[in-house]
Amino acid sequence: MNAMSTASAGKASINAVSAKVLVEATVNGVPEAFACEPRQTLLEVLREQLGLTGTKEGCGNGNCGACCVLLDGRPVNSCLVLAVEAAGRDIVTVEGLATDGLHPLQQAFLEHGALQCGVCTPGFLVASKALLDVNPHPTEQEVRRWLAGNLCRCTGYDKIIRAVLDAASRMAAETRPEAAAGLETAADDGEVRPA
Amino acid sequence: MEAFAYAAPSTVAEAVRLLAAANGSARPLAGGTDLIPQLQEGRRRAGLVVDVKRIPELAELRWDPTSGLSIGAAVPLVDVARSPRVRRHFPALHAACGIIGSVMIQHRASLGGNLCNAAPSADGIPPLMVHDAQAVIAGPGGTRRAAVEAFCTGPGQTCLGPGELLVAIEVPIPPALTSSHYLRFTPRNEMDIAVAGVGAAVTLDPATGACARVRIALGAVAPTPVRAAAAEEYLSGKTLTDDHIEQAARLAVKAARPISDVRGSAEYRRHLVAVLTRRALAAVRARLLAAGAGRPPGQETGQQAHGTEG
Repeated sequence: MNAMSTASAGKASINAVSAKVLVEATVNGVPEAFACEPRQTLLEVLREQLGLTGTKEGCGNGNCGACCVLLDGRPVNSCLVLAVEAAGRDIVTVEGLATDGLHPLQQAFLEHGALQCGVCTPGFLVASKALLDVNPHPTEQEVRRWLAGNLCRCTGYDKIIRAVLDAASRMAAETRPEAAAGLETAADDGEVRPA
Repeated sequence: MEAFAYAAPSTVAEAVRLLAAANGSARPLAGGTDLIPQLQEGRRRAGLVVDVKRIPELAELRWDPTSGLSIGAAVPLVDVARSPRVRRHFPALHAACGIIGSVMIQHRASLGGNLCNAAPSADGIPPLMVHDAQAVIAGPGGTRRAAVEAFCTGPGQTCLGPGELLVAIEVPIPPALTSSHYLRFTPRNEMDIAVAGVGAAVTLDPATGACARVRIALGAVAPTPVRAAAAEEYLSGKTLTDDHIEQAARLAVKAARPISDVRGSAEYRRHLVAVLTRRALAAVRARLLAAGAGRPPGQETGQQAHGTEG
């Protein structure tokens, strides 16, 4: 470990090949520090050093989406991110979705039977969360397009799409109960406001 | 993956120094969606990976009302696609940034990376070519500019010299009455690589409604993306009638030098170039008409019912 250097934002010094680098990042809201080689992917470090095995390795080259995590809130294939790149960044994995009970997406996946073997499920959940973060009311086509980089080889996609749409409407109802109760009127300007 | 060293400089000067000192064994890392699989599969090697995402100039999308758009070489595609100015002024670029890879890829991959990876099928390059984009390149000898059209020199090969780094891509504001489109053919709707792709941009002459400036660029049908010069020359000075578009589409095939591979035969690719050129030009015409661009009196455009007098 005497060869270890610290990766920090803007550091230009080159670490020696194969030397481990100390990386500090926030993972699921908790400050973490880990040592890794530059060649190690974020996926590998999450699973093998941080014990966060919810994130899955499918193809390992960015085609299947099973390893999707949020990096500074953005959905990425963690198999295509070097762990050293995560220095100072905020990472959310599937383990970080449930806070007070299951996330509405997780609940909806369960109720819709939107999984069989489950290997693709964490990637679908994290990618879907990223969608609802930027587009809380997606159309079916928008969900399908957004999730095109997540492959499922057993269930097929219909139940997954339905679960995401269902979770979106439940989350909207939670944040704006009047929307779910239909207590809204359309104003003259087309804006929808609570009655 | 074979071991490599890593550095994340915060200035262009430091990055250039690191790249130059590595004697060709260093690779810049932007989104990593091409580089990391290439390193994993041994298709490229690196003794040093230089992460350029922490350099401000490479991470910003900047708009200047006179010079136009500057796209930092590491700006993710999703930020380009979501820019209202890109959508308005560079529709071809907007289209391409939304179809490269998956949403996850688009959150990491950059146009600069797409250009430097220099794949013949790169969806980002024909739209940049039809918008006369320039690459801003920093190197040990200072900063220079190169036309995007001349940037790729072969499959996976670029004009970048030792120690040189792509900093940004500059796209000038198009003249009035300009629109563009990019489209490609893939067997699947999503997550696929172009069998052929075509970008087109047309500027109309406000007095005559004829084409004052035409750019057509083809992807995946030559060792690098190429302009379709014969088609451009033919259309210049002519109106965008169905017949003229059809003839331009046939002429565009002349610029294609496709290979046959797993994605399609050379003959099929030539066929696609004609189809895609026709559709791209028709889409550009529709956009110009929708935007209220004029057409000359008495000229049939094929869409006269929807046309507006300019």
